[in-house]
Amino acid sequence: MESVNAKYVSQKISKTRWRPVSHSSLQQPDIFATGSWDNEDNKISFWSIGNHGSSGMDEGFEGDPQLLCEHKHDGDVLDLQFLDQDRIVTTSSTGAVTIFRHHQNSQTISVSQRWPRVHRYPCDNAPCTGVVCSSPEIVTVGEDGKIIVFRADQEGVIRVIENADSSTIHAVTYLRTTEILTCILYLDDVLLPLHCVDRHPNQQHIVATGGQDGMLCVWDVRQGSTPFSLMEAHSAEMWEVHFHPTNPDHLFTCSEDGSLLHWETSTHSDMPSFLQGGRNNSMISRSAMAPAGGNQSLISTWLSGDSSKGRLETTHMLPSQTLSVNSLDVLGQCLVCGTDGEAIFVNRQVPV
Amino acid sequence: MEELDVEPAITNIPAASDGKHLGFAWGPGDILAYETLYMAPGCSFIHEVRKDEDIYSPILRKLFNESHHIFVGLQTIREDLPSKNKKTQFVSISKNYRSVIRACMEELQQVLQKWPRNMEIRYVSILLAIELIWNLCEVLFIDAAPAGPLLLHLLDWVRLHKGDVDEKAREVLQSESPAEHHDYWDVPGGTQTLTEFDVKWRHWHEEVDRCLQDNSFASNQHLEIICKILVGDEDTLLEHKELLSTWYHFLVTRLLFCHPTVKPTELHYYAQSCMTMFLDLRSVPEPLDSILLAAFEFDIHQVIKDCSIALNNWWFVAHLTDLLDHCKLLQSHNLHFGSNLREFLLLEYASGLFTHHSLWQLAVDYFDNCPEFGHVYLELQIERVPLDTERKALKVLRICEQRQMSEQVRSICKIMAMRALRNNRLGSALSWSIRAKDAAFATLISERFLQDYCARGTFSDLDLIDNLGPAMLLSDRLTFLVKYREFHKLYEENRFSEAAKLLLSLITAKIAPRSFWMTLLTDALPLLEQKEVSHSAHCPYLLLYHLTCLVYGFIVFCYGSSCKVDQLLTSLIKESVCRFAGLGPEGLGTPKV
Repeated sequence: MESVNAKYVSQKISKTRWRPVSHSSLQQPDIFATGSWDNEDNKISFWSIGNHGSSGMDEGFEGDPQLLCEHKHDGDVLDLQFLDQDRIVTTSSTGAVTIFRHHQNSQTISVSQRWPRVHRYPCDNAPCTGVVCSSPEIVTVGEDGKIIVFRADQEGVIRVIENADSSTIHAVTYLRTTEILTCILYLDDVLLPLHCVDRHPNQQHIVATGGQDGMLCVWDVRQGSTPFSLMEAHSAEMWEVHFHPTNPDHLFTCSEDGSLLHWETSTHSDMPSFLQGGRNNSMISRSAMAPAGGNQSLISTWLSGDSSKGRLETTHMLPSQTLSVNSLDVLGQCLVCGTDGEAIFVNRQVPV
Repeated sequence: MEELDVEPAITNIPAASDGKHLGFAWGPGDILAYETLYMAPGCSFIHEVRKDEDIYSPILRKLFNESHHIFVGLQTIREDLPSKNKKTQFVSISKNYRSVIRACMEELQQVLQKWPRNMEIRYVSILLAIELIWNLCEVLFIDAAPAGPLLLHLLDWVRLHKGDVDEKAREVLQSESPAEHHDYWDVPGGTQTLTEFDVKWRHWHEEVDRCLQDNSFASNQHLEIICKILVGDEDTLLEHKELLSTWYHFLVTRLLFCHPTVKPTELHYYAQSCMTMFLDLRSVPEPLDSILLAAFEFDIHQVIKDCSIALNNWWFVAHLTDLLDHCKLLQSHNLHFGSNLREFLLLEYASGLFTHHSLWQLAVDYFDNCPEFGHVYLELQIERVPLDTERKALKVLRICEQRQMSEQVRSICKIMAMRALRNNRLGSALSWSIRAKDAAFATLISERFLQDYCARGTFSDLDLIDNLGPAMLLSDRLTFLVKYREFHKLYEENRFSEAAKLLLSLITAKIAPRSFWMTLLTDALPLLEQKEVSHSAHCPYLLLYHLTCLVYGFIVFCYGSSCKVDQLLTSLIKESVCRFAGLGPEGLGTPKV
């Protein structure tokens, strides 16, 4: 395993996200944003790893990430997403939602728009735990159980769904352009909160979640309330799960136990998996049906995954146990993650 | 109580006005000082006096985080490795620590280049001193080089810290040296034994001495000076004091030219004399000098003690002592407070970390590695971590659960549950009490749910209640809540006989709170009218029987028992039963209640 160098940054990192690269260019991502938490003065920062179009480097880790600019942030950064090339939206433990703009020329950051205290209780602020955006629409969820919809260029709030749940909503993702999936609880003998959710980039009905017990679950949202497959991933809370955006046979998870896992699923046989479905029922763990609506090209290998069947490979991506890995993001061949040990790890040669 | 070694330090509180009385209270790492009203009416400020500002420096934070990583790695070195392998590992760990210090220094210097008046300038000299001391300790204690290689290591040590000066000296020397001198630099450790080298060196030394006596270099003054230096003539060396900026540089130089095969045990003689010779103008040696001298005397405890006093922060002594303890170099002697030196220092350091709003997470690992008191300290400190968001609470909980600190788990869950309850987030409160396995609180919350139901006629938070699973057995009230909700669900789905059975079991199990009896009765009545229920042979009569008991008990509870009530009640029941069974009023005897 190549050595992964840690960059110590004097702040506990709660979120890291790559700046999106345009689909036309084949460039690797070069800028990422981080948010901190648990500081008296929290910050959002932009970093560069200096990948200016040169692919095919043997040396994986040319240099440390360089700090481009940073800005003060009120409260812990609980979630962070890129709205577009220049703007990020962050949610705060004070219940505020803020859009920051990164000015590339002067390497400065300014507050573009702010909605303070949108998530709140009658007498207190409620932390805003998750955000998802599809420009210009932004959806946030919070500990007060509300779902709030904004538009990036409008002052007020578009819509509030109150009491969506009496518990805290931890995470949210888009299912389709008009539907969102929020993430609270799940039952399989024990009641456990789910902390993160991600949708398969190509097949919208497949969703992966991670929860308090560190189990990775893959669901088919069309089919009921038990997960398709269950895999023991980590020994503590799983904070983030991500499908690789262009190569969805790869999945990444990070956890409170200080590890970052890379899951790779593959088909061993020559026959495409959808043909195997009917004959070889033992391969499919929970559901026995091929999806109705015959236009589906493949039953995703995720839906038939079972770690003991040898179709799933897992590798640790960090060299040794660290404090909790709070966040990760993967784009192209680059992976960035941030930990409670105040370190950022960047891996430029993820094998996907 | 031991006497104080030094005078206690005085800290001025700038904001407090002159002549006012100050009261104070100890905190875990800080002191709160306040002005009192003893003399004249004063203003009511509270001042927070921080003992240790170093942990708030952003650059030093990297030191703390990186060294934490090394510390955790060190604790996992297996005890059963052969000692030679362990020594190499310890030396490499020591070098790791030092490289972290150097990285910090470099970064500080970069920052100071950009902003020369930055407050952090004071750390440069501290870090330099720390690295110097650590390096010397590594050479003398951890690497423990024998005579011969010892001098080489000391040379490296001095060179590292006085790089440019030595460069110059080396140039001068090498430009003049004949071939023999090249042999000289092939110092022991290579192919020769110590005695072989010693003999050769003495031979060479005598020759140079003779050359000097013969005045063969009298013509060239510079050459003569160089020769005198090579011979180790103290006066010449002292004349060039400005090249040797410190007494320990002087020491190593003198050893190099006079006693290259010095044994570790002889070091302190030379150290003492060199220091005296070098510092003859200054009266009192600085703290750094006495620390280094103690190191040359191999008095580890004195080194640690002096460093503890001289430095503001426990980082250095804690990590160094821990490493030395792993090398089995510390004699274990108990301190007055019961734990050994290593544990005491680690506890102090970690307690200091815990007062920091962010670095408390590092402290947990340090407490874990203090076998005697670490657990207790952790228990006391972890409850003070402020819990602003659920995510932070989950992290703290995970720490407590992994260490079986059930008291703290319960306490944290209760704090979060109360907060949720105050904000009317009943589902959240319930999940927290389930996590803590807190039956009493779960009962309280279930009551709130039921009250809500009575007030509004519907349930809130159905998804949570419907999916509790075996967690519902935590408390009777909670079980009732879940089952009652199930009853409603069955009723809505028109599964009446199942609903009736469930209601029956609810009543017979006697887990319904008294306040709910009326509600249960009201729920039962429409059931009895359902065809499905009334036509099933067994159920309705049982139901009726139990309902009757319920009603009777309820009325007695409300109105007390009396003959008149009895009569009234009996006739009421008779009438309704008959109506139900489709019989006339005389068709039924008195039911036994």
